Amino acid sequence: MKRNKTKLPGIYLGLVLLFIYLPIILVVIYSFNESKTTAMWKGFSLKWYRELFQDIAILEALQNSLVLGVLSCLAAAVVGTLGAVGLTKVRHRSKGVVEYVSTLPIMIPEIILGMVFLAFFSVLHLPFGMVTLVIAHTAFCIPYILMMVKARMAGMDPALEEAAMDLGASPMRTFLDITLPLIMPAVMSGCLLAFAMSLDDVVITIFVNGPKLNTLPIKVYTQTKFGVTPKINALCTIMLAVTLAVLAAGQLLRFLFSLAGRRGVRRGNAGSHLYSGQVTITEDGKSG
Amino acid sequence: MEDNVLELIGIKKHFQDVEVLEGIDLTIKRGEFITLLGASGCGKTTTLRIIAGLESPDEGKVLLEGQDVTDLAPNQRDVNTVFQNYALFPHMNVADNIGYGLRLKKVPKREIREKVSSMLSLVQLEGYEKRRPSELSGGQRQRVAIARALVNNPKILLLDEPLGALDLQLRRAMQMELKRLQKKLGITFIYITHDQEEAINMSDRIVVMNQGICEQIGTADEIYNHPRTSYVAVFVGNANIISGQVDHLAGDQAVVDTCGGKALVNTDGARLQPKEQVTLAVRSEHIELDENCGCGMKGQIAEKNYVGGMHRIVIALPDGSRLVSSRCGMDSQIEVGQEICFRWNSSHGVLVDRG
Amino acid sequence: MRKKRNWWTFTVMPLYAFTLIFVAGPLVYMIALSFASNREGYGLIWRFTAENYKRLLDPVYLGTFAQSLRLAFSSTAAIMLLGYPFGYFMAKLSSKWKKRMMLLLTIPFWVNSLIRLYGWIIILQTKGTLNGVLLNLGLIEKPLKLLYSYPAVLTGMIYTLLPFMILSVYSSAEKLDWSLIEAARDLGANAVQTFFTITLKLTFPGLLSGMILTFIPSMGLFFIADILGGNKIVLVGSLIQDQMTRGSNWPFAAALAVVLTVLTTLIIYIYRRVTHTSELEGLY
Repeated sequence: MKRNKTKLPGIYLGLVLLFIYLPIILVVIYSFNESKTTAMWKGFSLKWYRELFQDIAILEALQNSLVLGVLSCLAAAVVGTLGAVGLTKVRHRSKGVVEYVSTLPIMIPEIILGMVFLAFFSVLHLPFGMVTLVIAHTAFCIPYILMMVKARMAGMDPALEEAAMDLGASPMRTFLDITLPLIMPAVMSGCLLAFAMSLDDVVITIFVNGPKLNTLPIKVYTQTKFGVTPKINALCTIMLAVTLAVLAAGQLLRFLFSLAGRRGVRRGNAGSHLYSGQVTITEDGKSG
Repeated sequence: MEDNVLELIGIKKHFQDVEVLEGIDLTIKRGEFITLLGASGCGKTTTLRIIAGLESPDEGKVLLEGQDVTDLAPNQRDVNTVFQNYALFPHMNVADNIGYGLRLKKVPKREIREKVSSMLSLVQLEGYEKRRPSELSGGQRQRVAIARALVNNPKILLLDEPLGALDLQLRRAMQMELKRLQKKLGITFIYITHDQEEAINMSDRIVVMNQGICEQIGTADEIYNHPRTSYVAVFVGNANIISGQVDHLAGDQAVVDTCGGKALVNTDGARLQPKEQVTLAVRSEHIELDENCGCGMKGQIAEKNYVGGMHRIVIALPDGSRLVSSRCGMDSQIEVGQEICFRWNSSHGVLVDRG
Repeated sequence: MRKKRNWWTFTVMPLYAFTLIFVAGPLVYMIALSFASNREGYGLIWRFTAENYKRLLDPVYLGTFAQSLRLAFSSTAAIMLLGYPFGYFMAKLSSKWKKRMMLLLTIPFWVNSLIRLYGWIIILQTKGTLNGVLLNLGLIEKPLKLLYSYPAVLTGMIYTLLPFMILSVYSSAEKLDWSLIEAARDLGANAVQTFFTITLKLTFPGLLSGMILTFIPSMGLFFIADILGGNKIVLVGSLIQDQMTRGSNWPFAAALAVVLTVLTTLIIYIYRRVTHTSELEGLY
């Protein structure tokens, strides 16, 4: 319905998009800058990338980020999926409360969460490092999985599980043979999102990482306080590339799942996908 | 005792604050095709689910071949269900769907393949092994659902309005199919429908249900020609419910005073007293219009229309109530407003609601 | 009524346990902590006291709250002005372009927020891009001190939170029945009238949830103030962080956190009442 023949909407959209992408583009461009100061362009160079790959501290931080991401996302997947499925079957007064509280981590500002974890973990005398990080990250990853799986379960025909039981499947078999395969796309989407959230996190990580353990975002954060160096630009560019790769992987997974018969779920993608016009939005500014 | 494959004793069930089943007692014989017939909300689906084990009754027992299975989970009962929307597993192909029950019982692969194959021939879907449910039409999915249930050779097959989603032609064809299958396999079928035509065509016996109780259990003939309650009379076929008072008895018949006049009724063994209030059910097609007013009843024609191939005439009685008479063909000589006499055979006036 | 043992209770156990210990626990502890006190050299003293809350009434801290609120309001207002048209225009695109636009909006989302802010440092610093361009164009003679200022932090906030508003407005505008607008025009309303009486009212839910999604985080995103504002701009968030690390006054930080949480919860509560949503699914 193009009643507006003016180019105004298009121009506006373009300008805002430019505004959004400009910083990112600049970061990438200057990562190839020969010179150390970002203002002057001295020529194309990959030397910062070379330095980056030789920086052990950064590589360690990268490893930490990845391990943390995978561990938290797995823990959240297990707890969250079982929880979401169980919540649809159990009828207890406490149900609503538990659901509400377990989604709190993405609803309250991160700073509060970080501070609260720090205090609590201290009192419990937990070792600050990977342990506390995984616990904290799992806490804010669970809600993503919980929401997605719950939405998927709502769209699933309950007769399918009943049919399985009718044919002789025990509750566990029903879960493994029928429920799990059908909610898998939602679990995967949730995991992907959770993984991205974990990789991205700065605020909570700062509080609970302890003196020695650094994740990638922390490294970038501490560096920026000292001033900008093109090495960080290079790091940022690589992180950007990884992000795009993960996004592409997500698209690929989505495509593959659509081939493997997602139909049978009554409503279409009941909340299971990221890019179909429904992006999970959190209240504390976390990207994703 | 072994002749009864299923017994429901005193089944009661409520959901939230609603009494859905108020005491169901049912005995089903091995190998019979029995239908639970009733309007939405009468409790037929709940009864089926209780038999399957998908719901637990609040009170009462379910006996399967004499054994109390009331507390057994659905996967522990030798009963299989064909669900209303088929509930085919979308992530499995036809062969895997059908073979699921057998896989759970750890039947050897080769045997599964053979059984699946023979099932597919039975439902006339040979060659469809690798297809996915999403690729099948409604009728095909339905047949797969039936095959999936039957392959396990259950003691009872439960069918929850399986033909509801199909168009009329297909429905009629499937009715024949199902009846044929049942006769061939000899498995007890418990069928649910709200369609009286379906029930009459397919069943050995019909259970008419209304608001959580069984109104009447009997063969199609019994239900149709000898309804015991006014609900059954009206639900199956078209019936007029007429109240009256017994005037006097004459052998095995009674003369009943109704608003339209005196009617002759077969007592059928019922012990009637003079002055007793009774209710009669007379089917529309049994009300004959009498041109020459003999000893019959009188009324005035209120409406006439032509519906479904039948000439339908509404007769207004002096007390304001109406009777519907229907017959084949058309009669343009009858006018609205005309005084008319009508009668029925003594065997066609059935005493109902006799407590 | 007979009750069979529900196997499924076992599947929710992990969730219940985790939530109780690691979500409810810390939050309860935070409340308790806010009523304790900290003495130099002695550590935490667990005697009930309201001194932390009293301390909050100190003008310095009230000032911090005021500044945070001021920043939150300004950024939300700016984001509204920038983001609403975007969401609206986006909803009018063809579905092919809608998908592309969605993708374009989503990608920066996934880029770490730090990286994006870092880009702003490059732009705004004294030897940065913006100054470079302005100098070259001859618009200014000396480089401007753009970084480490209130406007810089404001820009950072707007930049980080804009997508939330856009997507909120978009999801509301997308469901708009365009025939209603045509009907209004048909009945004689001009563009402005149509907008205020029809469009705005119908997209209001999206606008409202967008405001919530930008207002609440803006009070807590301390690292934006940290990176782009330096020591000059202190937000409640930065204050909390400071008290937890350098100040080592955890009870006080807890009190700050409690107040912030109460504020946040209050806003969400008001939002729910206004829109009658029973679940926060609307915000997803």
